[in-house]
Amino acid sequence: MLNSNLNQKVFDTDVEQQPIRKGYGEGLLAAGEADSQVVALCADLTESTQTHLFAKKFPERFIEVGVAEQNLASVASGMAAMGKIPFITSYAMFSPGRNWEQIRTTICYNNQPVKIAGSHAGISVGPDGGTHQAVEDMAITRVIPRMVVISPCDSVEAKKATVAAAKTDTPVYIRLAREKTPIMTTEETPFEIGKAELFYETKKPEVVIISTGALTHKALVAAHELGQAGGSNGAGIQVNVLNLSTIKPLDEAAIIKQAKLAGAVITVEEHQIRGGMGSAVAECLAKHVPTPMEFIGVDDQFGQSGKTDELLEHYGMTVEAIKKAVKRVIERK
Amino acid sequence: MPEITDKEIKTLEIKANEIRQSIITMLLEAGSGHTAGPLGMADVFTALFFHILNHNPKRPDWADRDRVVLSNGHICPVLYATMAHAGYFPMEELQTLRKFGSRLQGHPHREYLTMLETSSGPLASGLSQAVGMALADKIDNGVESHKTIYALLSDGEHDSGQIWEAAMLAGKNRLRNLIAIVDRNNIQIDGFTEDIMPLEPLADKWRAWNWHVQEIDGHNMEEIIDAVGKAKAVFEKPSVIIARTIPGKGVPDFERKFEWHGKPPNKEEAAMALNALRTLGGKIRSEHE
Repeated sequence: MLNSNLNQKVFDTDVEQQPIRKGYGEGLLAAGEADSQVVALCADLTESTQTHLFAKKFPERFIEVGVAEQNLASVASGMAAMGKIPFITSYAMFSPGRNWEQIRTTICYNNQPVKIAGSHAGISVGPDGGTHQAVEDMAITRVIPRMVVISPCDSVEAKKATVAAAKTDTPVYIRLAREKTPIMTTEETPFEIGKAELFYETKKPEVVIISTGALTHKALVAAHELGQAGGSNGAGIQVNVLNLSTIKPLDEAAIIKQAKLAGAVITVEEHQIRGGMGSAVAECLAKHVPTPMEFIGVDDQFGQSGKTDELLEHYGMTVEAIKKAVKRVIERK
Repeated sequence: MPEITDKEIKTLEIKANEIRQSIITMLLEAGSGHTAGPLGMADVFTALFFHILNHNPKRPDWADRDRVVLSNGHICPVLYATMAHAGYFPMEELQTLRKFGSRLQGHPHREYLTMLETSSGPLASGLSQAVGMALADKIDNGVESHKTIYALLSDGEHDSGQIWEAAMLAGKNRLRNLIAIVDRNNIQIDGFTEDIMPLEPLADKWRAWNWHVQEIDGHNMEEIIDAVGKAKAVFEKPSVIIARTIPGKGVPDFERKFEWHGKPPNKEEAAMALNALRTLGGKIRSEHE
């Protein structure tokens, strides 16, 4: 059943929705209020990345660099070298996409605690098309030493992640999405960098779904629906859902515990299957407790224009796709 | 920055000559590395570390120190040699350049040598980092700031758009606490800069980015020191000093040859180079006497 500290209306059709990036904007403002060393830099996307909330309140601590993401990353490194806590924001495709080497060298190799927020990640950006749909960002950030990678599931968690990131002394990548998505967590839901949270728990799980980002809502719906019916004898399939908001460092203890308990794992992410969160989970399980897995994500393709739901359907990231994957993985146990 | 006497200029020239000898010795021991750029920039580094900088080698983490950001990290032999001569670390350590476990990594890495301001190697990121430092200093100290951030750039890295991005941002924010010094030696790995990707009119590019521009002889101590003094007197703009240098300067057989960009001298070449440098050093000394 649903974790008691989550939004209990999560399965209602009128569940409140908000863009994840909005939580980032509010978190950045809160971090700026809490610590005068926090500065924000943006590359000509201030409002759409929600950095404008900070920029309006603290204009003297806001730097607009123009369409120059490589400069964005390295300028932030220089500011961090002088004691600042810089947050840099653009679309994920451009930062950490276009400026990956500057992030690797001037931020991570240099050990400067710059926080990188990549908005409009995933294919749910929709009509803008494949150029703007970052589905490789977690893969390219999690391979860099020292980098922490966080992919919040909703705006409430994004705010907590942003506030928490400001207090770390490492580089952090925070993955954000553009579209409104259901709010699953509440003020009471625990959030700690590096800790996975069990969102849906059953007595004798046959499968655990490990999910990250907004698709966690679809994972919850799938688990909920499977629990009610669909088993071979007409009974439900018991499925747990683990929300993995920190991709790196990976909460190996939680993943191993759930994999041992259920004996089968599905990973769900709005990202390339190759190199993403599912790969990180597979690396962990292959080493500690080899477990049959199925991967929900983009299968080595670029995105395209369309409505969010059309694209999720086309690329196989729906509630139905998750349910089918659950049944497939059970057959492999 | 104090006024400089003829005697002090000669002292700096002798120091630069000694640093050049250290560069040859360390490159020979390392067996790999860059020769032309470090020799070419020895005079600028000497002027900075022995006359211009507000720094304390015994307290490298002193918060109010001037910052030196070396963007073209591959010329680090000159940075390491100058720092050792200035007392940042023991001279013997220079012989560990590029070796396993050394603080003197092939390209500067501040995880290993913590007194470095930045790690560098991949070109064209240093100016951005210096701009970030200058912006942070401006936020903290405004016009009261007495710090100067020095960005040392190569000419070849101006091929990269990131230099343009950083230069525009500095111009926009009128970073008077920022001085860029460009090593205008006209060579890069594949050949002469004007053949690979013409940079001229280079000074006009910087003017267009709203910088105060000076062009000097990068081997003339008095011109280097005078240019930095003038740059500090500019209050409404960042400043760039385009220092015309001769790659391989001090060793006639190496001078102006782009082949010496990325290789070290062998034993015979090093002996010849040291001989040439010692002869030059003796000449500077005798002129002084």
